[in-house]
Amino acid sequence: MSTFPYLLAMIVVPAVGAAVVAALPKGRDELAKQLSLGVSLLVLVLAVLATVAFDAGGERFQLTTSVAWIPDFGVDFALGVDGIALVMLLLIGVLVPVVVLASWRDEPPGRRSMQAFFAWLLLLESLMVGVFAATDVFLFYVFFEAMLVPMYFIIGSFGGPRRQYAAVKFFLYSLVGGLVMLAAVIGLYVVSASELGEGTFAFDALRQIEIDPGVQKLLFLGFFIAFAIKAPLVPFHTWLPDSGAEAPIGGSVLLVGVLDKVGTFGFLRYCLPLFPDASRDLAPYVLVLAVAGVLYAALLAMGQSDMKRLVSYTSIAHFGFIALGIFAFTTEAGTGAVLYMVNHGIATGLLFLVVGMLIARGGSRQVGDYGGVARQAPLLAGVFLVAGLASLALPGTNSFVSEFLVLIGSFPTRPVFTVLATVGIVLAALYVLLLYQRTMHGPPRGVLLEGGIHGGDPYDDVPPARGGASAATATVTAPAPPAVPRLRVRDLSRRETAVAAPMVALVIALGVYPQPLIELIEPAVAATMSEFELDPDGDGVVPADTEGTD
Amino acid sequence: METVPADGLIAASWLLIALPLAGAAVLLLGGRRTDRWGHLLGTGTVVAAFVLGLLCTLQLDGRQVEVGLYTFVATGSLDVPVGLLFDPLSAVFVLLITGVGALIHVYSIGYMAHDPRRRRFFAYLNLFVAAMLLLVLGDNYVALYVGWEGVGLASYLLIAFWHERPAAATAAKKAFIMNRVGDVGLALAIFLMFAQLGTVSYDGVFGSVGTLAAGTVTAIGLLLLLGACGKSGQFPLQAWLPDAMEGPTPVSALIHAATMVTAGVYLIARSAPIYDETPTARAVVLAVGAITLLIGAIAGCAQDDIKKVLAYSTVSQIGYMFLAVGLGPIGYVAGLAHLLTHGFFKAGLFLGAGSVMHAMNDQVDMRRFGGLAPHMKVTFVTFGLGYLALIGFPFLSGFYTKDAIIEAAFDRGDGWGYLLGGVAILAAGLTAFYMTRLMLMTFFGRPRWEPGVHPHESPPVMTAPMVLLAVGSVFAGFLLVVAFPLEEWLAPVFGEPVEAEHVVAPIVVSVLVTAVMVIGVLTAWLFVGRREVPAAAPVRVSPVTRAARRALYADAVNESLLMRPGQWLARALVFVDNRGVDGAVNGLAASLGGSSSRLGRTQTGFVRSYALSMLGGAVVVAGALLAVTAG
Amino acid sequence: MSLTHYLVLAAILFTIGAVGVLVRRNAIVVFMCIELMLNSANLTLVTFARASGTLDGQIMAFFVMVVAAAEVVVGLAIIMSLFRTRRSASVDDANLLKY
Repeated sequence: MSTFPYLLAMIVVPAVGAAVVAALPKGRDELAKQLSLGVSLLVLVLAVLATVAFDAGGERFQLTTSVAWIPDFGVDFALGVDGIALVMLLLIGVLVPVVVLASWRDEPPGRRSMQAFFAWLLLLESLMVGVFAATDVFLFYVFFEAMLVPMYFIIGSFGGPRRQYAAVKFFLYSLVGGLVMLAAVIGLYVVSASELGEGTFAFDALRQIEIDPGVQKLLFLGFFIAFAIKAPLVPFHTWLPDSGAEAPIGGSVLLVGVLDKVGTFGFLRYCLPLFPDASRDLAPYVLVLAVAGVLYAALLAMGQSDMKRLVSYTSIAHFGFIALGIFAFTTEAGTGAVLYMVNHGIATGLLFLVVGMLIARGGSRQVGDYGGVARQAPLLAGVFLVAGLASLALPGTNSFVSEFLVLIGSFPTRPVFTVLATVGIVLAALYVLLLYQRTMHGPPRGVLLEGGIHGGDPYDDVPPARGGASAATATVTAPAPPAVPRLRVRDLSRRETAVAAPMVALVIALGVYPQPLIELIEPAVAATMSEFELDPDGDGVVPADTEGTD
Repeated sequence: METVPADGLIAASWLLIALPLAGAAVLLLGGRRTDRWGHLLGTGTVVAAFVLGLLCTLQLDGRQVEVGLYTFVATGSLDVPVGLLFDPLSAVFVLLITGVGALIHVYSIGYMAHDPRRRRFFAYLNLFVAAMLLLVLGDNYVALYVGWEGVGLASYLLIAFWHERPAAATAAKKAFIMNRVGDVGLALAIFLMFAQLGTVSYDGVFGSVGTLAAGTVTAIGLLLLLGACGKSGQFPLQAWLPDAMEGPTPVSALIHAATMVTAGVYLIARSAPIYDETPTARAVVLAVGAITLLIGAIAGCAQDDIKKVLAYSTVSQIGYMFLAVGLGPIGYVAGLAHLLTHGFFKAGLFLGAGSVMHAMNDQVDMRRFGGLAPHMKVTFVTFGLGYLALIGFPFLSGFYTKDAIIEAAFDRGDGWGYLLGGVAILAAGLTAFYMTRLMLMTFFGRPRWEPGVHPHESPPVMTAPMVLLAVGSVFAGFLLVVAFPLEEWLAPVFGEPVEAEHVVAPIVVSVLVTAVMVIGVLTAWLFVGRREVPAAAPVRVSPVTRAARRALYADAVNESLLMRPGQWLARALVFVDNRGVDGAVNGLAASLGGSSSRLGRTQTGFVRSYALSMLGGAVVVAGALLAVTAG
Repeated sequence: MSLTHYLVLAAILFTIGAVGVLVRRNAIVVFMCIELMLNSANLTLVTFARASGTLDGQIMAFFVMVVAAAEVVVGLAIIMSLFRTRRSASVDDANLLKY
């Protein structure tokens, strides 16, 4: 086993990078951007190297590092990854450089400097790595709460018009969840002290102890509420559309792509193994929330007029699928859920990015302000379509594999919930295609006709198209299609192509050949689910281990 | 029938899918650089696939050959390999898809010559061919599902090819959504198979389907049927197919007539071992087929849009195929034979319609056609042959295959058999009526052209495929039924043909069908051919005509039962979420803030009031102490 | 004279003081009323000390006096500076420190 502390390096490198970027003298924005890109790429390389060093068939937690931190309370600075955490680290490694590149030309509101933005971004990366790599519950909690700070500033300082409201809402929601979890973490410590004689926060030790069912339920709820707010499950979701809509695009991508996954990751890593009895007893209620989320959020997404809110709502629906996969207690569904976490980060990340590119061109988040973009910007439309199709889980895109696994894995144990969730795939097609049709298809509309807001880079600086201003006013009064657009929407720039290309490639590649990731994920999921793989009520369901005994 | 591992050329049959897929990838990623030769590449890959498919078929020799590729997904007890199954059934489909596909690609070179986005058109067509081949070649239901949704995507892209037109964009979306409804059925069927049998491969499922409870098998059968209905435009999911005619005409010919919409028939035929176990589901298939073939035929009689007439005709003809495969072993081959001949003549008819539209500046309203026969001789002749084949003119393709289906229906022997046979014969008469009406309105009578239209024959690159398809329309039926019986070719899949005991002698059926056909033609001539066709559709018409024009109100039903309530629900939920769920949270925050400012009011700044509260507090504490010590 | 008489006197003094603090506006009078309450407490302490025959209560009374003296110094200083700025010794005029 390698002795190089990859995980520590993945935490330290971006943290140091953040400090350096923050300390740069004012006005060195270009240098800050290049530095951030370099650092985030370095983290990606580290993540890839860590994956190479990881042995899928080996021990549960690998690449471990442990230093005593607060010995009096048995708190260690303990890091380690299983397959589940590792793929999340890979996702972080991929998304952050893409986000840096996508935010290259962002204009911060007011007189703020982008330097601060990139510094917060790198700090956030460091803390996100920490949250997934921690194997000490207390350390996890610290990272979990610390993550709020950079995100708060990213939303509150660099977001849209209602950024203050959104940032405070985000912070308060997360804080409430965090405090409930803190109580549960302390409770866990107390229980471990009475069971083991000496209190500990180490995940591996906590997993071994048997907790009284009543206590389990309370502790489970403590963790669950925190994670359900983070994930978010309906009805704890209303902060996400606000935050997702107001955050700068890069922030939205990381918020929905990675930060929220801490919630579903927490379900799988902490709720299930630490509180198996409570998980089993309360699973039906969780599943109700999950499936309600799938249908409810999908319908809500259809009713949105703000593109970023719409995408946020689609994410809530997807989190419902993930929760369904986790609480179905089968290896297939659990593996699908973890894969879903990765795939959703890529697919919805791409959707947010491409929506951001569109917004940068039109200066409006309203669906109704766009129309007929495909004609003028086919590449943009193509990427939009790929992102949309990935979001509706079309076969051939990565999301299909995970959604399919979640559903087919959940069906044997939870047929009713699965059937209801499957209806969600029709709704997914509806909200994606409605969005696509309204913005990309049809005759030019909205900002393409009337002028919109100039955003520097995105627009063609060529004066109004053939016919000049008179033609444009004529088209406004007499909407005779095809109207002559006054503004030409420029297709993707080279930088934007560089942002979209790796994401599109991942969408397709993971859609066609997902098995390597699955092999990475499966052992950890199987270990988690092994406690649950029994036929609950004997309703004719074949337990999964009858064939897998070889 | 044992499957054998692949050898020879068949081992390379994955190239069938890879070739068009690579073509699509090159054309989409290559950008404008490929504009000049993109259409040639697109056509070339499909022609190559056809040649390869033909060679593979010649090597097949009645075996079922398995081509394992790689593991797609394997976790827990689920194992989904990517594998191909090359057997007589899929071979037939491969030849149909690549053969008709290649002809339509050639035609499209001419048809799309002036479209600035021709390269992308060919990319999408290639994508379609690849997905369709995956659909018919996959050796498990998941691979089929991937191809199934893949053709749905290609269909979406191609219907919306002229996406500036809102009607096209809407039609594409409608097609995709209605297909997705069907896909849910297919997906659930797959889940059910996995939950009950632990496998999704054809081999595994068919091998152990007999062990399942009858209710479960019926459920699987009905769910599969739902999927098939979505893709094949069958009742109750038929409304998308006529709208799909917004796409370019070659698309209508390839996807929405010859291949994709017949995927439902393939699915049911492929799943024959499942349906063999469940007479209930099979009866539902029959009912769906019979209802649809009538709906399609009735709606076809009242349309003025030439492509819509053909579309409803397709709906109706696929209804025939469903009816056939719903009959069970006696109908499978008849249904598939009709599928193949239909592929020829309907594709030919669509290409002919495209040629007419090409000549008439993209006009589709038949009331603005008329008298085109002398101006477009090749189109007229090829279209006419397709027409004769479709209405079942003796000794042309449709005559053999449609008769076979009607015979099989009567062969059921019971009252239902007579009913189904009767419905099928009635629909044959309606078919003759609406197709004759189409012929008369388009090619005969006085010209009713819009000003400035100068009809001209299409270039050879378009007429050549039409000629080939016309030849197919004439001879395919004879070849498939008499000369080289499809029954024998498909025997490894469906079992050796059994000589059915005919309830009604075949000759009687033939005479009856021909007579009804002649009546249909004469009626059409009475209504349309004898008198002048008005350039605008008459407004005062009978309720029957009005219902037929609106396709028996399928859209109205969908709209009022699903779309409107759905929109209303979405809007209501947005309100609930903003005011209810979010309102509760914001309300909590507001009430906390409010109560804090109200509590702050007690701090008046008057020392005496503070003193009073101190005194009150002291008294309370003293009282409490007293109570504790005393009690 | 029994214990009760002393205690009743202390209670009367305390009540007078408490009522004075609550109802009077002049800061000097309020201040004197506080002294009255302190002294009623002193009286109680001394009474109990005498009754129980120990010195603890008397010593405590001395402490109270010392604290009261210190309080007089600080309190009068506050009242003086208040009077200088407001030209009034009414406690109701000094109500700025509120919500």
